[in-house]
Amino acid sequence: MTTDTGRARRPAVDGWFTLDGEPALLGSRCTGCGTYAFPAQEGFCRNPACTSTEHTPTPLSRHGTIWSYTDARYQPPAPFVAPDPYVPFAIAAVELAAEQMVILGQMVAGVGTDGLRVGMPVELVVDTLYADPERGDDVVVWKWKPAGGTPASTTGSTAASTPGGGDHGA
Amino acid sequence: MARDTSRSVAVLGAGMHPWGKWGRNFVEYGVAAATEALRDAGIEWRDVQFVAGADTIRNGYPGFVAGATFAQALGWNGARISSSYAACASGAQAINSARAQILAGFCDVALVVGADTTPKGFFAPVGGERKSDPDWLRFHLIGATNPTYFGLFARRRMDLYGATPQDFAAVKVKNARHGLSNPNARYRAEVTVDDILASPVVADPLHLLEICATSDGGAALVLTSTEFARRHGVTGPMVTIDAVSTVTPTFPQTRIDMPDISTDSGVTAPPGASGGFKPAVIAAAYDEAGIGPDDLGLAEVYDLSTALELDWYEDLQLCKEGEAERLIRDGDTTIGGRIPVNPSGGLACFGEAIPAQAIAQVCEVVWQLQGRAAGRQVEGATVGITANQGLFGHGSSVIVSR
Repeated sequence: MTTDTGRARRPAVDGWFTLDGEPALLGSRCTGCGTYAFPAQEGFCRNPACTSTEHTPTPLSRHGTIWSYTDARYQPPAPFVAPDPYVPFAIAAVELAAEQMVILGQMVAGVGTDGLRVGMPVELVVDTLYADPERGDDVVVWKWKPAGGTPASTTGSTAASTPGGGDHGA
Repeated sequence: MARDTSRSVAVLGAGMHPWGKWGRNFVEYGVAAATEALRDAGIEWRDVQFVAGADTIRNGYPGFVAGATFAQALGWNGARISSSYAACASGAQAINSARAQILAGFCDVALVVGADTTPKGFFAPVGGERKSDPDWLRFHLIGATNPTYFGLFARRRMDLYGATPQDFAAVKVKNARHGLSNPNARYRAEVTVDDILASPVVADPLHLLEICATSDGGAALVLTSTEFARRHGVTGPMVTIDAVSTVTPTFPQTRIDMPDISTDSGVTAPPGASGGFKPAVIAAAYDEAGIGPDDLGLAEVYDLSTALELDWYEDLQLCKEGEAERLIRDGDTTIGGRIPVNPSGGLACFGEAIPAQAIAQVCEVVWQLQGRAAGRQVEGATVGITANQGLFGHGSSVIVSR
């Protein structure tokens, strides 16, 4: 697989998500009680009422709604790999309805918190986390993207504007 | 509810080394705090039978074996020791370790000590490439720092309950005023809402002045059996610890929390089953002490951010969910109000010295109940509570009364 820059793509962590077609997170579902887990669970089940040790690998819902959101205005410390110069990005905690769980991820580049609100629909994409100059490839990770591509900030009547905000997510 | 003091231990002494960014060895702060607590208790070091240390993971091996480190620094006296690591709840776990020894009858006199020396800036995971450690993964895969989670909780209050940046800033203004004359506080200066909103945003919607710093500091307590305290000649009302709650979350934990990237799945939970982790920590403390929120005279809560203090109001059942903003707007949680919160100045004035912080919260409640909190005294309080939350399913709440 290559990115639109023509560079090879490599997942930042093995086995957590698919790269091809419509990408999805790879979780698991317990054969005993049906609980989902991400990343995939092996061995014991996290449900204390369940004694099963069998888990079926399961792609998770590609669509969810925003549980909450924020951004990273300051460069996070290692092991985060930051571009130079650093570019702030938004982060969302996304609720998956079928799995009844919340999964954190970066928002795609160009989406700032001004364009987000709790309850907004998003979809999963795979995008560049950082470029590896030594290997000449792009290390990729899952990110969340506003579904339909139109951030619904104008409908978010309860989402107060951020003081000193602006186009920080771009 | 009937107040239960059958499993209470006495607090004979409390001591702290002032919070700051002193850059010295953490052991020095711990020994200073311990020495002050022993002096406050009128107990000789040689008479201490048990030392409970709260661990720091950023100061090498001595930090991992804090009980032994402090015992050695004070001069080996043959006491038994324990060392507790429980993230931000380490200090409460150390208190609980000492309490259990006393209540089991294994000792009469215990010393609890926590101290830390902290690096500058964001807390980062410990070094190395560790792809099975959620704390490492959240930084590497997402760049999710601790303030990221604080920002998520704050934004949710805004979108769901109509909280405003001014509400959050008001928490900082209040705590800064409370801590003005606290000799152990690191930051002792008034700030205005405008100052706060003009400081740089760290994690939308939270500004730099709304997120607690990392600090150096030390705190210590001398705990004894209530029988020993009476024999020791405590006159007047005895201050006791009546509850130490350190319960874990209950599956499924469906609220995202540090350092996790994902929550449990709620599909197997009966409808309305999970009341959340922080409310459970508090409820267990109330239950153990046989009291409720109406009995409280003050609370010291973990204001890692301004908005998190508002979450605690609801977890403490001081108000219903979504109503915390009204408490800060009405001055209910200011000294002189219905239920003062963070009269010490809280983490806003201290910054966080992880293993010392939960112990420091108890020190403040003790001094408040003894009427020794000069310049920040809550009048007439007989019961106080602490509330604290840390990474990896750790949280704590301690109830102190006189």
